[in-house]
Parts: sequence; structure tokens; C-alpha cells
Amino acid sequence: MAVVFEATKGLTGKPFHYCPGCTHGIIHRLIGEVMCELGILEETVSVASVGCSYNSYEYFACDAVQAAHGRAPAVATGIKRNIKDKFVFTYQGDGDLASIGAAEITHAAARGEKITAFFVNNAVYGMTSGQMAPTTLLGQVTTTSPFGRDASYQGYPINVSELLSNLTGSAYIERVCLTDYKNIQAAKKAIKQAFLAQQANLGFTMVEFLSTCPTNWGKEPLEAMDWLKEKMLPQYPLGVYKGADIDFKKLEADFKAARGGENA
Amino acid sequence: MAKVSFNDDLCKGCGLCVNACPKKILQLDNSRLNNKGYHPVSCTDMSACIGCAFCATTCPDVVITVER
Amino acid sequence: MAEKRVLMKGNEVIAEAALRAGCRNYFGYPITPQTEVMHYMAKKMVQIGGNFVQAESEVAAINMVYGAAAAGFRVMTSSSSPGISLKQEGISYIAGAELPAVVVNIVRAGPGLGGILPAQSDYFQATKGGGHGDYRNIVIAPASVQELYEMTVEAFNLADKYRMLAMIMGDGTLGQMMEPVAFRDVEPIVNVEKPWAASGRNGRAEHNVVTSIYINPDDLEAKNNELKAKYDYIEENEVRFEEINCEDADIVLVAYSTCSRICKNVMKQAAQKGLKVGMLRPITLWPFPHKKINEIAAKSNVKAFLSVELSNGQMVEDVKLAVNGQKPVHFFGRNGGNLPSQKEILDRIIEINENPMGGAL
Repeated sequence: MAVVFEATKGLTGKPFHYCPGCTHGIIHRLIGEVMCELGILEETVSVASVGCSYNSYEYFACDAVQAAHGRAPAVATGIKRNIKDKFVFTYQGDGDLASIGAAEITHAAARGEKITAFFVNNAVYGMTSGQMAPTTLLGQVTTTSPFGRDASYQGYPINVSELLSNLTGSAYIERVCLTDYKNIQAAKKAIKQAFLAQQANLGFTMVEFLSTCPTNWGKEPLEAMDWLKEKMLPQYPLGVYKGADIDFKKLEADFKAARGGENA
Repeated sequence: MAKVSFNDDLCKGCGLCVNACPKKILQLDNSRLNNKGYHPVSCTDMSACIGCAFCATTCPDVVITVER
Repeated sequence: MAEKRVLMKGNEVIAEAALRAGCRNYFGYPITPQTEVMHYMAKKMVQIGGNFVQAESEVAAINMVYGAAAAGFRVMTSSSSPGISLKQEGISYIAGAELPAVVVNIVRAGPGLGGILPAQSDYFQATKGGGHGDYRNIVIAPASVQELYEMTVEAFNLADKYRMLAMIMGDGTLGQMMEPVAFRDVEPIVNVEKPWAASGRNGRAEHNVVTSIYINPDDLEAKNNELKAKYDYIEENEVRFEEINCEDADIVLVAYSTCSRICKNVMKQAAQKGLKVGMLRPITLWPFPHKKINEIAAKSNVKAFLSVELSNGQMVEDVKLAVNGQKPVHFFGRNGGNLPSQKEILDRIIEINENPMGGAL
């Protein structure tokens, strides 16, 4: 028998601190796997943010820089401008990216920074215990919208992928989810495409992961997956929002050819 | 012929893999606790495993290794 | 060394000095009265293949600085008081993660939006930390365009040597002033290895992590104590000042940067009136020349100190700490963007000379 699935060397192997059923772990693993499959682990710098994934740098086996709340795209800009032939990605939650860091992510996209943002949207502030996020759904109960998010009082959720895809500087933006095997494979493909678009200098790239937060949603992990499908998908439809016309097969072939097949 | 093995102490008993398994041969083992204090996943009938790796792909904690 | 003197504006000299120091990264946001630094960089940095980004905010700019520094590259930003307030978040992170960076503050009068004219009212903010947490920045206060040049180069060396932020503190007077400056043929760049930098593992067995997070209190206390030991070392070894005529002075002025220039002229006028006036000019505001001032205070000839500032009294607190009750300490300042006239200062010196205890703080 041959091993068909094992822990990726893209991760350090340190056990995740995330709650049971939290999809951060799946996303971490997929990013680690893609870095290894593309052979870019040693030439990638990750930028951690603030929130549940504040210490993602302990898990990704690449070099890492920890950023202040919301500032990861600015930090990534400072890094990437100096290592233009390498890979830089941010890993940010919805509070970090869409609220306090709305300016940084918007302008990084507008400038067409050759970075990738991995945006984890679970419609709630996780680490600080379940407050309303910019992506919290209408009617959703959180610790700071205890009567449910009311549009007349708390405004509307932000659809980040749609918003950023309107900027000329963004090259590839896709929204994915992790509810089952098929979607997880699609998410992995999106991660790979983002890295390929980055190395081809096409512009700013982002993958938005609809994610669960069983703890702060007050649901069992499986129930949380169902809630995501039922409630989040209508507000946040999956799909490629920017870069649908990119020929990723060619990008990948060119990338591998440029590396002399070393990572094939 | 296929086999799944579990890094027991990483398991948080979330059950995502149990749901993902097409052969329905995974379950949380309520008879024991791991170091974290969770009932870890176990396989009820290894001979039925097809090595599809749906479980490992779904697992958020990199608990599962699959051989085929 | 070939002496080539060029007439240049202070702000432009800061930018030129940074480029000569090997800085290839500038991230900034427009604010008066420092914009010439940015204009110069926008052109020259790009021409030599460096990175210039006009950021979306001061907050973003300082975080770009943080990123470039974390990747191991020399980097600078410049701003003025309200912008420096915005940068404090990043400055604290830079201190926590022990990153080398140079920040220029061409101070303007506050608080709030205040005004755009010269001030020294950011002394507390610059020397006492500024942002959250237990940390220090090296703060250098040049007093001429030539010093802006030399000390900006030096700031990069100090930042790299100690893995911390070095701030050049000037004001609109100095930034806008045109003076001749003599550039060196070769800059005294001290190249420091940065094995901690996060720019890709490139064969390294372990990944590098740049962070300021220490969740475990024992780890954080150990880290803070490490920082303290570094700061203590710097206080012992990097204090810079200029001492003028303090040997037989009755009254010792303490003034830095723009104020020290005014005071030098006041000293000449005082001498004509037969008054013995000396001056201690701090060049590093942190580390502050506490020891030196304490020694001067112990001299029997010294009757009193006068701290002259473009503020309502900030550095004077450090002067008092340094004098430690040995002699009376006086303060004279103008603020809001006004400069003290030589006559105002001289009048105050005459009063103090007649009654050293009168009006002492």
C-alpha cells in the first residue's frame, strides 16, 4: 500500500489551537499542500493577522511576519516590493480584512500589489468572542447584535469579493467554501490559481473562504456546515469574481517550464 | 485494499470526517478520551475502506493518514 | 575627501542622506511640512530602482515600513506630528518585533490638527515611547542641514545595529531651511547581517518568524527585560550632545535643534553684556544626556538652568530629573508655531541671573 494522504510538509506539524470543527485548519492545510506542490515553500512569506489566526505563523512552514490588526496587506506590500520574484500571502479574517483593515486591503488591490490575500469569512469575530463582523448576515445574532443584525440599525454585510473585483488592480478573486470534499478540492484549486496569478505578476489576488465558527455560532460542527450552506451561500455566492478568463493551465505549464520541471 | 490511521491525540471529535465517509465506517469512539479530552474518531470496519481520503480531506486537524 | 558644498533644503537632504545610506524603501503619506522628503523620494528612489509607495494612510505607510524591515531591508518613512500620531501603532509593533527602521518627524504645532508651523511639542511622544507598551526609540535632533545629512545616515546605522527604530526629529524651520551641505564621497555604512529576516527560507532548515506576540506572561516579561537591557546599553553608549561654554557658566541653557540655533546667538549677546551663559545641546533626545547635565549641575559656578523649547514645557522635565534638585531649573518656551525672539530669551536670562531662584520650576 502507498500513502495517498498524509500531513503536508507545508505545515510545521504543530497542533492547531482552533476549536473543534473550525475550518481554519482545513484552509491552513490546503495552503501548505499547494506551497509544497508548487515547490514554493522556501520562497514564500506569509503575513499573519489579528484574530483567531493571529499565530498562523506557527503553523505555516514558510517564513512569516505577524502584522497589526488589519494591516497585513500593507505589511505584505512592504515585503513583496523587496522580493518581487518570491511569493507573499496574507491570512486574514473578516474583522481584520473587511472592518479595521478595509483601507489596507482595498488599496493593496487598487495598486495591484502582487500579493495573495487568503480571506477567511465566517461572519463573526471569533477570538474576541462572537461580536458582529462586517460580514455578519442580516438577522444573525451575535454578542453585539443580540437581537439579530438589523439593517436599519447596523447596516448591511459587505461582500468583499464583489467589491474588490471592481478594482482594476485585482487580477483574480474567487469565493469558495469547505463544506464537503468537492468544495474543498475547489478551494485548493483556487489557492493554487492565486499563487500562479501572483507569480505571473497579473495583479492582486484573493481567495475568500466561507468558513464556519461552530463555537461562536453556537452550533455543532456539522450543523454549522448546514447553516453555512443555507444562510451564507445566498448572501455570498461562490464563484470566480475576477480572472475567469485567465488560462491557468498555461500559467502552470509556463511556471513549471521556467523551473525546469523541478517541481513537476 | 486501503487503510486509514489516526493521530489520535490531534483529534477534536468534530465529526466532519464521520459525515464525509461514503462507506459510513467512521465514528467517534465514545468509550475513550484522548489527551485533549475528546472522544477521538475510529474506524469500525477497516476492510470496507476504499482509501478515498474524503475523511482526511475534510479533517481540520490533519489527524488522518490514508494508504491504498 | 573632495569637499563639494551644495545648497539644499533640509527636507531634501534627509531624503538624499537616506538614499546615500543604502535605503531603498520609502513609504509615506503627504503632510506639511515634510512633503519635500516625499517628493524627492518619489523621483530619486524610483530612478535608482528602489521602492517608493504613496500609501493610503500613515497607518499603512508605517506597516509597509514594518514589512520591508521584517524582510531585512533598509527602510524609511517621514511625516509630521498628526501623521506620527497615526504611525504610533506601527512604531510600537516595530519596537516589539525589534525591527530596524528610520522615521522622520518634521514636527508641527499641536495638539489636534494644530498648525503647520515649527514646534517641539512632540518631545514627550518621541522620547517617552509614543505608542503602547514598554519601549524606547532612538531620537536624534539635528540642528543644521549638514547635521540632517550626517545624522540621517547615522540613524540607519544605529537602527540596524540595535534592531530598533531611530527617529530624526526636526521641525518646519529646519526642514524648509536652505543651507550648504558637504556630502562625503563614501558613506560610513555599517552593514549588519540580518539572519532573523523573513524573506523566504531559501534552504534554511527552520522558518523565520517576525512577531511581537508573546502570549505567555513569562515569555513577554523576558522579552521586555531583554529590551530593557538593550535600552540600558544604549543609554550608556549612545548619548550625544554638544557642550558650549559650560566650564565657567553662571547660567546653562538647555536647548535642541532650532532652539539651540537661536540660543547660540543669545549666548553671544549675553557675553556682550558680561553674562556667563553656557549651553548643553542634546543631540540625542533619547538617550537623553542625563549624566552630563547632572555633572554640570554639580559645578559650583553654575547658578541655574534654563530650558528653552518650542513647547509649553516638555524637555524641561528631563532637565529637572537630570539636575536632580542641585540647582534651580527654569523654562522659557513659545509654542503654536511661534519662535522665541533672542531678546525674549536674553531678558529671561537677565532675570534669572539677578534672582536664580525666582520663578524656578
